[in-house]
Amino acid sequence: MCRVDDDDLVFRALADPTRRLLLDRLFERDGRTLTELESQLEMTRFGAMKHLRVLEEAGLVATRKEGRTKLHYLNPVPIRLIHDRWIDKYTERHVSALADLKTKLEETG
Amino acid sequence: MTTITETAMQVYQVFIKASPEQIWDAITKPEFTQKYLYGTRSQYDLRPGGKFISLAGDSEDVMVDGEVQESDPPRKLVHTWLVHYDPEMATEQASRVTWEIEPQDGGFAKLTVVHDQLEASPRTAATVAGGWSFVLSGLKTLLETGKPLT
Repeated sequence: MCRVDDDDLVFRALADPTRRLLLDRLFERDGRTLTELESQLEMTRFGAMKHLRVLEEAGLVATRKEGRTKLHYLNPVPIRLIHDRWIDKYTERHVSALADLKTKLEETG
Repeated sequence: MTTITETAMQVYQVFIKASPEQIWDAITKPEFTQKYLYGTRSQYDLRPGGKFISLAGDSEDVMVDGEVQESDPPRKLVHTWLVHYDPEMATEQASRVTWEIEPQDGGFAKLTVVHDQLEASPRTAATVAGGWSFVLSGLKTLLETGKPLT
Protein backbone atom coordinates (compact mmCIF):
# COMPACT_ATOMS: atom_id res chain seq x y z
CA MET A 1 0.00 0.00 0.00
CA CYS A 2 1.30 3.43 -0.91
CA ARG A 3 2.00 5.93 1.78
CA VAL A 4 0.50 9.06 0.49
CA ASP A 5 1.99 12.43 -0.20
CA ASP A 6 5.50 11.67 0.95
CA ASP A 7 8.40 13.44 -0.74
CA ASP A 8 10.87 11.44 1.37
CA LEU A 9 9.83 8.25 -0.40
CA VAL A 10 10.45 9.82 -3.78
CA PHE A 11 13.86 11.21 -2.85
CA ARG A 12 14.84 7.87 -1.32
CA ALA A 13 13.64 5.95 -4.36
CA LEU A 14 15.64 8.23 -6.65
CA ALA A 15 18.79 7.93 -4.55
CA ASP A 16 19.82 4.65 -6.17
CA PRO A 17 21.43 4.14 -9.59
CA THR A 18 19.58 0.88 -10.32
CA ARG A 19 16.22 2.46 -9.65
CA ARG A 20 17.08 5.49 -11.79
CA LEU A 21 18.11 3.07 -14.53
CA LEU A 22 14.73 1.32 -14.24
CA LEU A 23 12.96 4.67 -14.61
CA ASP A 24 15.06 5.47 -17.68
CA ARG A 25 14.14 2.12 -19.21
CA LEU A 26 10.46 2.84 -18.65
CA PHE A 27 10.90 6.33 -20.06
CA GLU A 28 12.28 4.79 -23.24
CA ARG A 29 9.44 2.32 -23.42
CA ASP A 30 6.54 2.16 -21.06
CA GLY A 31 4.30 -0.73 -20.05
CA ARG A 32 6.92 -3.44 -19.49
CA THR A 33 6.81 -6.69 -17.57
CA LEU A 34 9.14 -7.60 -14.71
CA THR A 35 10.87 -10.12 -16.99
CA GLU A 36 11.64 -7.46 -19.61
CA LEU A 37 12.95 -5.01 -17.02
CA GLU A 38 14.95 -7.64 -15.19
CA SER A 39 16.74 -8.72 -18.36
CA GLN A 40 18.38 -5.28 -18.53
CA LEU A 41 19.80 -5.45 -15.02
CA GLU A 42 22.70 -7.45 -13.72
CA MET A 43 20.81 -8.81 -10.78
CA THR A 44 18.42 -11.50 -9.69
CA ARG A 45 14.69 -11.39 -10.28
CA PHE A 46 14.26 -10.92 -6.56
CA GLY A 47 16.57 -7.89 -6.59
CA ALA A 48 14.73 -6.31 -9.49
CA MET A 49 11.39 -6.91 -7.76
CA LYS A 50 12.66 -5.22 -4.63
CA HIS A 51 13.72 -2.12 -6.54
CA LEU A 52 10.44 -2.00 -8.44
CA ARG A 53 8.54 -2.22 -5.17
CA VAL A 54 10.42 0.81 -3.79
CA LEU A 55 9.56 2.73 -6.97
CA GLU A 56 5.91 1.67 -6.69
CA GLU A 57 5.71 2.70 -3.05
CA ALA A 58 7.06 6.12 -3.98
CA GLY A 59 4.43 6.34 -6.71
CA LEU A 60 7.06 6.58 -9.46
CA VAL A 61 5.91 3.36 -11.06
CA ALA A 62 2.24 2.51 -11.60
CA THR A 63 1.15 -0.99 -12.48
CA ARG A 64 -1.80 -2.24 -14.50
CA LYS A 65 -2.92 -5.79 -15.03
CA GLU A 66 -3.44 -6.94 -18.57
CA GLY A 67 -4.92 -10.40 -18.32
CA ARG A 68 -2.41 -12.27 -16.16
CA THR A 69 0.46 -9.94 -16.95
CA LYS A 70 1.47 -7.08 -14.69
CA LEU A 71 2.75 -4.12 -16.69
CA HIS A 72 4.87 -1.33 -15.23
CA TYR A 73 4.37 2.29 -16.24
CA LEU A 74 6.49 5.31 -15.43
CA ASN A 75 4.44 7.77 -13.40
CA PRO A 76 6.22 11.12 -13.66
CA VAL A 77 3.72 13.03 -11.50
CA PRO A 78 5.69 12.76 -8.19
CA ILE A 79 8.76 14.19 -9.93
CA ARG A 80 6.64 17.01 -11.29
CA LEU A 81 5.32 17.68 -7.77
CA ILE A 82 8.87 17.86 -6.42
CA HIS A 83 9.77 20.17 -9.26
CA ASP A 84 6.84 22.44 -8.51
CA ARG A 85 7.40 22.27 -4.75
CA TRP A 86 11.21 22.47 -4.55
CA ILE A 87 12.99 23.27 -7.78
CA ASP A 88 10.76 26.13 -8.85
CA LYS A 89 11.01 27.72 -5.44
CA TYR A 90 14.79 28.05 -5.48
CA THR A 91 15.23 28.84 -9.13
CA GLU A 92 12.61 31.55 -8.83
CA ARG A 93 14.50 33.13 -5.93
CA HIS A 94 17.62 33.09 -8.01
CA VAL A 95 15.85 34.77 -10.88
CA SER A 96 14.27 37.42 -8.69
CA ALA A 97 17.67 38.15 -7.09
CA LEU A 98 19.05 38.82 -10.56
CA ALA A 99 16.05 40.98 -11.34
CA ASP A 100 16.66 42.98 -8.14
CA LEU A 101 20.30 43.40 -9.05
CA LYS A 102 19.31 44.71 -12.48
CA THR A 103 16.91 47.22 -10.93
CA LYS A 104 19.56 48.38 -8.50
CA LEU A 105 22.22 48.75 -11.15
CA GLU A 106 19.88 50.64 -13.40
CA GLU A 107 18.84 52.96 -10.57
CA THR A 108 22.40 53.89 -9.74
CA GLY A 109 23.52 53.92 -13.37
CA MET B 1 19.79 12.51 -26.52
CA THR B 2 17.33 9.74 -25.73
CA THR B 3 14.04 9.99 -27.49
CA ILE B 4 10.93 8.63 -25.92
CA THR B 5 9.27 5.81 -27.77
CA GLU B 6 5.62 6.49 -27.41
CA THR B 7 3.54 3.64 -26.22
CA ALA B 8 -0.12 3.17 -26.85
CA MET B 9 -0.94 3.64 -23.18
CA GLN B 10 0.22 6.12 -20.57
CA VAL B 11 -0.60 6.03 -16.85
CA TYR B 12 -0.51 8.96 -14.43
CA GLN B 13 -1.29 8.82 -10.72
CA VAL B 14 -1.53 11.34 -7.92
CA PHE B 15 -2.75 11.34 -4.32
CA ILE B 16 -4.90 14.32 -3.46
CA LYS B 17 -6.17 15.36 -0.03
CA ALA B 18 -9.75 15.81 -1.17
CA SER B 19 -12.96 13.81 -1.40
CA PRO B 20 -13.79 11.85 -4.56
CA GLU B 21 -16.72 14.26 -5.09
CA GLN B 22 -14.41 17.31 -5.02
CA ILE B 23 -12.06 15.66 -7.51
CA TRP B 24 -14.99 14.71 -9.74
CA ASP B 25 -16.17 18.33 -9.79
CA ALA B 26 -12.65 19.57 -10.51
CA ILE B 27 -12.53 17.30 -13.58
CA THR B 28 -16.01 17.90 -14.94
CA LYS B 29 -16.76 21.58 -14.20
CA PRO B 30 -15.36 24.35 -16.39
CA GLU B 31 -14.89 26.83 -13.51
CA PHE B 32 -12.36 24.36 -12.03
CA THR B 33 -10.61 23.14 -15.19
CA GLN B 34 -9.94 26.76 -16.14
CA LYS B 35 -7.64 26.97 -13.11
CA TYR B 36 -5.36 24.02 -13.86
CA LEU B 37 -5.95 22.71 -17.38
CA TYR B 38 -4.10 25.32 -19.46
CA GLY B 39 -6.95 27.75 -18.82
CA THR B 40 -9.39 25.59 -20.78
CA ARG B 41 -13.04 25.03 -19.91
CA SER B 42 -14.15 21.39 -19.98
CA GLN B 43 -17.80 20.75 -20.68
CA TYR B 44 -19.22 17.26 -20.29
CA ASP B 45 -22.61 15.84 -21.12
CA LEU B 46 -22.22 13.04 -18.59
CA ARG B 47 -24.15 10.30 -20.40
CA PRO B 48 -22.83 7.51 -22.58
CA GLY B 49 -22.64 9.07 -26.04
CA GLY B 50 -22.66 12.58 -24.55
CA LYS B 51 -20.33 15.23 -25.82
CA PHE B 52 -17.05 16.29 -24.20
CA ILE B 53 -15.66 19.67 -25.26
CA SER B 54 -12.65 21.57 -24.02
CA LEU B 55 -12.78 25.25 -24.95
CA ALA B 56 -9.91 27.72 -25.00
CA GLY B 57 -9.86 30.02 -21.97
CA ASP B 58 -10.32 33.23 -23.89
CA SER B 59 -12.44 32.18 -26.87
CA GLU B 60 -14.97 29.64 -28.06
CA ASP B 61 -12.28 27.70 -29.95
CA VAL B 62 -12.52 23.95 -29.41
CA MET B 63 -9.15 22.67 -28.15
CA VAL B 64 -10.09 19.03 -27.63
CA ASP B 65 -13.33 17.14 -27.96
CA GLY B 66 -14.66 13.63 -27.63
CA GLU B 67 -17.52 11.41 -26.61
CA VAL B 68 -18.38 10.24 -23.11
CA GLN B 69 -18.25 6.43 -22.97
CA GLU B 70 -18.77 5.82 -19.28
CA SER B 71 -19.72 8.07 -16.39
CA ASP B 72 -19.87 6.73 -12.85
CA PRO B 73 -19.66 9.74 -10.49
CA PRO B 74 -17.52 10.14 -8.44
CA ARG B 75 -15.47 7.08 -9.40
CA LYS B 76 -14.90 6.71 -13.10
CA LEU B 77 -15.17 8.77 -16.26
CA VAL B 78 -14.19 7.51 -19.70
CA HIS B 79 -14.23 9.63 -22.84
CA THR B 80 -12.52 9.85 -26.19
CA TRP B 81 -9.97 12.56 -26.91
CA LEU B 82 -9.39 14.28 -30.23
CA VAL B 83 -7.06 17.27 -30.38
CA HIS B 84 -8.09 20.28 -32.49
CA TYR B 85 -5.56 22.92 -31.47
CA ASP B 86 -2.97 21.47 -33.80
CA PRO B 87 -3.88 20.75 -37.44
CA GLU B 88 -1.66 17.65 -37.64
CA MET B 89 -3.01 16.15 -34.44
CA ALA B 90 -6.55 16.87 -35.62
CA THR B 91 -6.02 14.39 -38.45
CA GLU B 92 -5.03 11.62 -36.03
CA GLN B 93 -7.53 9.14 -34.61
CA ALA B 94 -9.33 9.79 -31.36
CA SER B 95 -7.63 8.30 -28.31
CA ARG B 96 -9.20 7.53 -24.95
CA VAL B 97 -8.90 9.06 -21.49
CA THR B 98 -10.01 7.22 -18.33
CA TRP B 99 -10.22 9.05 -15.00
CA GLU B 100 -10.39 6.76 -11.95
CA ILE B 101 -10.90 8.09 -8.42
CA GLU B 102 -10.33 5.76 -5.45
CA PRO B 103 -10.85 6.89 -1.85
CA GLN B 104 -7.88 6.28 0.49
CA ASP B 105 -7.26 6.56 4.24
CA GLY B 106 -6.75 9.93 5.88
CA GLY B 107 -9.03 11.97 3.65
CA PHE B 108 -6.97 11.25 0.54
CA ALA B 109 -8.09 9.97 -2.82
CA LYS B 110 -6.00 8.42 -5.57
CA LEU B 111 -6.58 9.84 -9.02
CA THR B 112 -5.40 7.77 -11.98
CA VAL B 113 -5.48 9.03 -15.54
CA VAL B 114 -5.00 6.39 -18.22
CA HIS B 115 -4.53 7.80 -21.70
CA ASP B 116 -4.66 4.92 -24.16
CA GLN B 117 -5.69 3.87 -27.66
CA LEU B 118 -2.85 6.09 -28.82
CA GLU B 119 -1.57 3.58 -31.44
CA ALA B 120 -2.63 5.72 -34.38
CA SER B 121 -1.91 9.06 -32.72
CA PRO B 122 1.86 9.41 -32.24
CA ARG B 123 1.86 13.21 -32.18
CA THR B 124 -0.89 13.34 -29.59
CA ALA B 125 0.95 10.69 -27.54
CA ALA B 126 4.16 12.73 -27.56
CA THR B 127 2.37 15.96 -26.66
CA VAL B 128 0.27 14.71 -23.78
CA ALA B 129 3.21 12.83 -22.20
CA GLY B 130 4.50 15.91 -20.40
CA GLY B 131 1.13 17.60 -20.18
CA TRP B 132 -0.63 15.23 -17.81
CA SER B 133 2.04 15.62 -15.08
CA PHE B 134 1.67 19.38 -15.23
CA VAL B 135 -2.13 19.16 -15.21
CA LEU B 136 -2.33 16.70 -12.30
CA SER B 137 0.19 18.68 -10.24
CA GLY B 138 -1.95 21.78 -10.82
CA LEU B 139 -5.15 19.91 -9.96
CA LYS B 140 -3.63 18.68 -6.67
CA THR B 141 -2.41 22.16 -5.75
CA LEU B 142 -5.77 23.71 -6.57
CA LEU B 143 -7.74 21.23 -4.45
CA GLU B 144 -5.32 21.26 -1.52
CA THR B 145 -4.59 24.97 -1.32
CA GLY B 146 -7.49 26.56 -3.18
CA LYS B 147 -4.98 28.32 -5.39
CA PRO B 148 -3.78 27.56 -8.92
CA LEU B 149 -0.10 26.77 -9.53
CA THR B 150 1.74 29.93 -10.39
